[in-house]
Amino acid sequence: MSEDSGLSRRRFLNIATSVTGAVGAVAVAVPFISSWQPSARARALGAPVEVDISKLEDGAMMRVIWRGTPVSILKRSPEMLNRLENEQADLQDRDSKQEQQPAYAQNEYRSIKPELLVLISNCTHLGCVPTNRFEVAPADLGPDWVGGFFCPCHGSKFDLAGRVFSGVPAPLNLLVPPYRYVGDNVLIIGEDTEVAA
Amino acid sequence: MSSVEVTGESQGTRLLAWIDARFPLSKMMREHATEYYAGKNFNFWYVFGVLAFVVLIIQLWTGIFLTMNYKPAALDAFASVEYIMRDVEWGWLIRYMHSTGASAFFIVVYLHMFRAMLYGSYKNPRELLWLIGMLIYVALMAEGFLGYLLPWGQMSYWGAQVIISLFGAIPVVGDPLVEWIRGDYNISDITLNRFFALHVIAVPLALVMLVVMHILALHETGSNNPDGIEIKANKGPDGIPLDGIAFHPFYTAKDLVAIIIFLILFSAVIFFAPEMGGYFLEHANFEPANVLKTPEHIAPVWYFTPFYAILRAIPDKLGGVVLMGGAIIVLFFLPWIDRSKVKSIRYRGWGYKGALAVFSLSFLVLGVLGTLPAEGVYTTLARIFTFLYFGFFVYLYIYTGSEKGKPVPERLTYHG
Repeated sequence: MSEDSGLSRRRFLNIATSVTGAVGAVAVAVPFISSWQPSARARALGAPVEVDISKLEDGAMMRVIWRGTPVSILKRSPEMLNRLENEQADLQDRDSKQEQQPAYAQNEYRSIKPELLVLISNCTHLGCVPTNRFEVAPADLGPDWVGGFFCPCHGSKFDLAGRVFSGVPAPLNLLVPPYRYVGDNVLIIGEDTEVAA
Repeated sequence: MSSVEVTGESQGTRLLAWIDARFPLSKMMREHATEYYAGKNFNFWYVFGVLAFVVLIIQLWTGIFLTMNYKPAALDAFASVEYIMRDVEWGWLIRYMHSTGASAFFIVVYLHMFRAMLYGSYKNPRELLWLIGMLIYVALMAEGFLGYLLPWGQMSYWGAQVIISLFGAIPVVGDPLVEWIRGDYNISDITLNRFFALHVIAVPLALVMLVVMHILALHETGSNNPDGIEIKANKGPDGIPLDGIAFHPFYTAKDLVAIIIFLILFSAVIFFAPEMGGYFLEHANFEPANVLKTPEHIAPVWYFTPFYAILRAIPDKLGGVVLMGGAIIVLFFLPWIDRSKVKSIRYRGWGYKGALAVFSLSFLVLGVLGTLPAEGVYTTLARIFTFLYFGFFVYLYIYTGSEKGKPVPERLTYHG
């Protein structure tokens, strides 16, 4: 065997060993990285929740927790819906083109039934819970305000359909979770109509 | 030290010889203390490195004792902190030492970093020393953030919510990444448990290793000094720098004075103002975490507020996150942005002195703005000072291409 071929053989062995070692390192990293994913118990606790809305009055809002996250259920009065239809504010995504809602809520009201709004109450900016500001044109929110949600953390504004205003840090409309009705007064949040209509 | 034969020596000397034959104890003492030579003209700016080390020890020590009574579970955490404060013997003291230590850590580290900017301590040949120091700073910020979730108060919860959500601004991988960090669909018991693990094991371990590397790198190049000249360039016949004095006993004695003064101030805060008017321990954090309600006004602890002000100044989610991260990352490049060969501010032009003053002012003003609500004139100011913060680095690169300063002396001076 010549000296030269000995060197190239050694180089081959070095590379082969390094590659094998690297593959092993990656393989061993998988379980540790995966262990940070939501566990089976966390996923089970994230199951859909059932909500009775029979006592919810016009213009009132309730909050439930689904997947550890607050979900707002707002029953918009006819007057609120009227305000929403005539809203003049500059919105980033007036027609809900971004996928921030299931297909069945991609309409003017961002809901299945026009009056009942279901929203994840975490601001799409950095996750704070926006406060309810249902009054019209208060001094601090300007003349275009027809009622909606205001995030105290960084000043993002959303209307009564959870649509985000322009010129605020939040980039997207508030998220509408998957939900369906079971009868008139019971909602299942976290599950689509597709599962059982 | 090849031989262990010792005759007619005391027991102590023989023991030392026995150890030295097996472990380089005397050698290390000489290299890092009794024969480590530093410039003879150190001023008070040079005590903050040692003070940072003292605070590290305080944090490690008090932290160990806090884990003995703290419970890292969402249902128990808040109550266990109250238990430490009320029922554990001297628990209040141990916890206040730890919470005050966190703020003290950042105070001394910010002053330590400012010292490096005053005297050009990040310049050739100390670039790597600066980079390791920056890694320590980042690890420290991670440690502060992780630890802040543990009391599971309102500000713990919502502060963590905001900071973790920052990662959601990253295109494509953002949302799955956020879920991976939390380990749940929202911040929960699972998140708290892993933050505890990172706070008490992973990050402290990394910090200690980085600190060792920082000191090794420092002792390889030798310390800078207020004149910014290399004392190794002027050695006596014995090979010892003419302007150098041994770290021990000269600087250990000097540092001891600084440590005593620091501990007096530190104790005063612990005993008389542990909450520091809501800056060291925020008022909202005396209420347990509530998923349904965000506090009216969210602000991080003071040591993060300059960066938080930058985040809020930008009316765009991704843009704000990028600039906030950039404000920290740009500091890593300081040794290459500052092209001046002259290290110390004593011999640099007014262009640098003025710019450093503006930069320091920007950092402080942003820090104040970060504690205030983001509205009206505060947002305008935050934008102006964000511009000045970043402008400093652009200006510095251009200016130091042709900086005119004073002549640098050959040997150390005692004034300037």
